[in-house]
Amino acid sequence: MQIVLFHLMPYAEVDIAAARAHGTVWGLPNKHYDASVAHRLYNRFLDELEYGEELGFDAISVNEHHQTAYGLMPSPIVTASALARRTKKVKICILGSALPLRSHPMMVAEEHAMIDVISGGRLISGFVRGIGAEYHTFGVNPTFSHDRFHEAHDLIVRAWTEKGPFAFEGHHYRVSYVNLWPQPLQKPHPPIWIPSQGSKETIDWAAHPDRRYTYLQTFSPTKVVARYLKMYRDTCTGFGYTAKDSQLGWSVPVYVGTDDESARREAKTHFENFRNVFVRMPLEMLLPPGYTSRESLKNVMKAKAQMFGDVTIDQAIELGLFVCGSPATVLKSFQSHWNEMRFGNLLVLCQFGTLPADLTRKNMELFAREVMPALKKLS
Amino acid sequence: MGEMRFTDTHVEVDGCRTHLRRGGSGEPLLFLHGASGAPVVMPFMEKLAQRFDVLVPEHPGYGLSDEPEWLENIHDVAYFYLGFLKKLDLKNTLVVGSSMGGWIAMEMAVRDTSRIKSLVLVSPAGIAAPGVRPADIFLMPPEEVVKNLFFDQKLAQARLAEPVTPEAIDIALKNRHTTARLAWEPRLHDPFLPKWLHRIDVPVKIIWGREDRIIPVGFVKEYQRLLPKAQVHILENTGHLPHAEKADEFVELVCR
Repeated sequence: MQIVLFHLMPYAEVDIAAARAHGTVWGLPNKHYDASVAHRLYNRFLDELEYGEELGFDAISVNEHHQTAYGLMPSPIVTASALARRTKKVKICILGSALPLRSHPMMVAEEHAMIDVISGGRLISGFVRGIGAEYHTFGVNPTFSHDRFHEAHDLIVRAWTEKGPFAFEGHHYRVSYVNLWPQPLQKPHPPIWIPSQGSKETIDWAAHPDRRYTYLQTFSPTKVVARYLKMYRDTCTGFGYTAKDSQLGWSVPVYVGTDDESARREAKTHFENFRNVFVRMPLEMLLPPGYTSRESLKNVMKAKAQMFGDVTIDQAIELGLFVCGSPATVLKSFQSHWNEMRFGNLLVLCQFGTLPADLTRKNMELFAREVMPALKKLS
Repeated sequence: MGEMRFTDTHVEVDGCRTHLRRGGSGEPLLFLHGASGAPVVMPFMEKLAQRFDVLVPEHPGYGLSDEPEWLENIHDVAYFYLGFLKKLDLKNTLVVGSSMGGWIAMEMAVRDTSRIKSLVLVSPAGIAAPGVRPADIFLMPPEEVVKNLFFDQKLAQARLAEPVTPEAIDIALKNRHTTARLAWEPRLHDPFLPKWLHRIDVPVKIIWGREDRIIPVGFVKEYQRLLPKAQVHILENTGHLPHAEKADEFVELVCR
């Protein structure tokens, strides 16, 4: 199994009371932002990701979010670029670039290609649609989100792989001369991963034999992870081929302590801040019209009380939203889930919410030294 | 005043099966609804039907009408309704549009007024104005939208107390989807509309509620600049839906 150290780079020192009072950190007025704090956090978080290479992670990962304390990476290109030069062997994942939010997807093709070339072919490209809130802040019409995503993807992959110049005539994007300098180092192009909260449309698209992209289920109860990973495998079967384990991934926050009790004690406040303050947003922000099908939207409306209420660390561990405990407990938990789901990629979020630097490093070290070696052998 | 009967029919225009309620007799009056649709015959429609042949279609993408593939922006809706007037051979039509419907009415009239007698724009969306912004209806929970539609909160409470059927939820989500498709960005306006508003060569009345919390009455100033000949009527103690909140006054203004 391939193990990825994933980072959201939150504004971890956010005024929790102010965020609670505002109801969400998405769109929290930026009077609560301090650049000197951000300076310290960016450098701390980049150090943590670089340390991931030293600790033996297969890959380190950044992602994209806008106008929120949830993640301070409006451009994952910036952080991935910094990492490309400071690391030597580890793969670098951008999970992902929010394609529909870009007015010109050619820029995504170019930026990802640059990072792939600079890093010597270490890039894993992720494509996402961006979170619902970002359709509010960016003003991009969410009812065209799927169309723009697919079209931007087509343009990027063609730009990466075809000899130019050629014309691209889409409905949303039109480029008279596509002629990429640079094209990526990896051939035919960097691996493409598709992180998702779980959607049939996304699975159908990612699993298609023309693509066979790695599907990542993010931050979901294990029951839901199992359901969607099975749906992905079944979809591949339906397309007439067998999914490789490497086409499946699970992304989950993890905390390893010296024993179960101290792990829960150390993680509690920080995980609950993550789940109940950083992740939280109102339904209208999370799912603007057209972002999901209306059927999915109705299902969320039905589950609203459960989805939008507070969750304690104990409930989260029970649900599998969070994997936490001694090295033995965490290893056992992942082994048992792997036996059931056979995901070839595990993305661990070792810093979440307000988790401070010392606990983050301790978590990363215990995970890397006492859990990861056994997990890497699973196959 | 006897109750006017409205018939429930469908008419197909540009491949879109369109739900249409029609009642009364006289010159044609086309009512173009706003973002929340026109799910029922309302008292103002019955009152207007005493004087007019009142047509209340549900826009493509709303209510019981189809969601055609071609529906991508407000211009599509304007061309659709010009086709609708032609298909039903309506002449000298009084076009009354509320909010999004007012926007559609203007987009129609800058293109072709040959079948339009006059326009009544009721707290219309459609343009931007300096220093004022519409409320963010896409960030408001649906209950908040309803509360903000009315000045008289008893009316809001009555609307919120109506039973919610699964069909009504489906329609509300469908309407919200189409509103987003047409008006998400640029938000509730067409930046190219103002430069052509001078093409509207039929009389225009503008009716607005003083206490409109969805599209503030401050927009009136910009309309007066762009449509200097328009008559403006501002109703006191009235929210975003003067036709629902002050039906008698509204009907009197339309007929005047």
